[in-house]
Amino acid sequence: MSKILPAGTPAPDFTLHVTPDQTLSLQELRGRPVVLAFYPADWSPVCGDQMALYNEVLPEFHRFNAELLGISVDGVWCHAAFARDRNLHFPLLADFEPKGAVAKLYGAFRDGEGFSERALFVVDKNGTITWSYVSPVGVNPGADGILEALEKLPK
Amino acid sequence: MAKLKVPVGPADHAQGPADAPVTLVEYGDYECPHCGHAYPIVKALQKRFGKQLRFVFRNFPLRQMHPNAEAAAETAEFAATRDKFWEMHDLIYENQQDLSDELLSDLAKRLKLDAKGLARALESGDLAERVQKDFSGGVRSGVNGTPTFFINGHRHDADFELETLERAISDALL
Repeated sequence: MSKILPAGTPAPDFTLHVTPDQTLSLQELRGRPVVLAFYPADWSPVCGDQMALYNEVLPEFHRFNAELLGISVDGVWCHAAFARDRNLHFPLLADFEPKGAVAKLYGAFRDGEGFSERALFVVDKNGTITWSYVSPVGVNPGADGILEALEKLPK
Repeated sequence: MAKLKVPVGPADHAQGPADAPVTLVEYGDYECPHCGHAYPIVKALQKRFGKQLRFVFRNFPLRQMHPNAEAAAETAEFAATRDKFWEMHDLIYENQQDLSDELLSDLAKRLKLDAKGLARALESGDLAERVQKDFSGGVRSGVNGTPTFFINGHRHDADFELETLERAISDALL
């Protein structure tokens, strides 16, 4: 498994496409907590897939005023179709060109395979990583760790 | 490994003795086909382990994915207020492929429950809080999809086919 950026590290800034004509920078979200959820790919074939779970848990993230960003190497059109199909209510960022560059910045890229780990980061309102976790690629990490990390942030 | 954060208590729907050596908790969604697949498997486990097993069902409706899941969960909770939780739980899973508001109302009638009372309860959202409580507790415990099983408080991360669960429960009995 990759060595992901640990707690205490400043979260590297990035700008990625969120739709074909819109980009989002981590910097723009300064002032509120951000949850970065790197995942291998859209369209995983299971019902309880990770992004679908987070979509259901979104109101709990919002109680902490946190913004959730899903990130994979899939392109914007793929993300758009996936988000529509699964009725997702949070942004999916395309770490597509150069492929996996942001995942690499966070130490969450699987070299031989060309996609990212299931890696989670909680970034506080000042842009510092306060919690990070990497799950075996086959295991959906759930949302409990994220919520615990959000709870520990100073109010 | 993820652990059950909300201990099994009197508010839970449970089958089997409270002092059974193994407690199996399922977080399930009535519209989820994988939970439908698990339904007869749990029945077989209960038959196989008898009084050694207590089974608890908690709600985990994936509402964005399954439009009928919340109403189904609330219908089972409505039945629970009339001591018919398990009858309704079973009927919903046995008719899962036809899940709709009409079906839930028909099932209520079949169990001689007040269908109008059910409609009022669904409308008012009175049972939503109970369902949400199960859901939030599940999220905190690391439920990562449906169904998620916990065996004596530990999340079962392997598949939920009969042989696998049988082995996991046998191991917990040792």
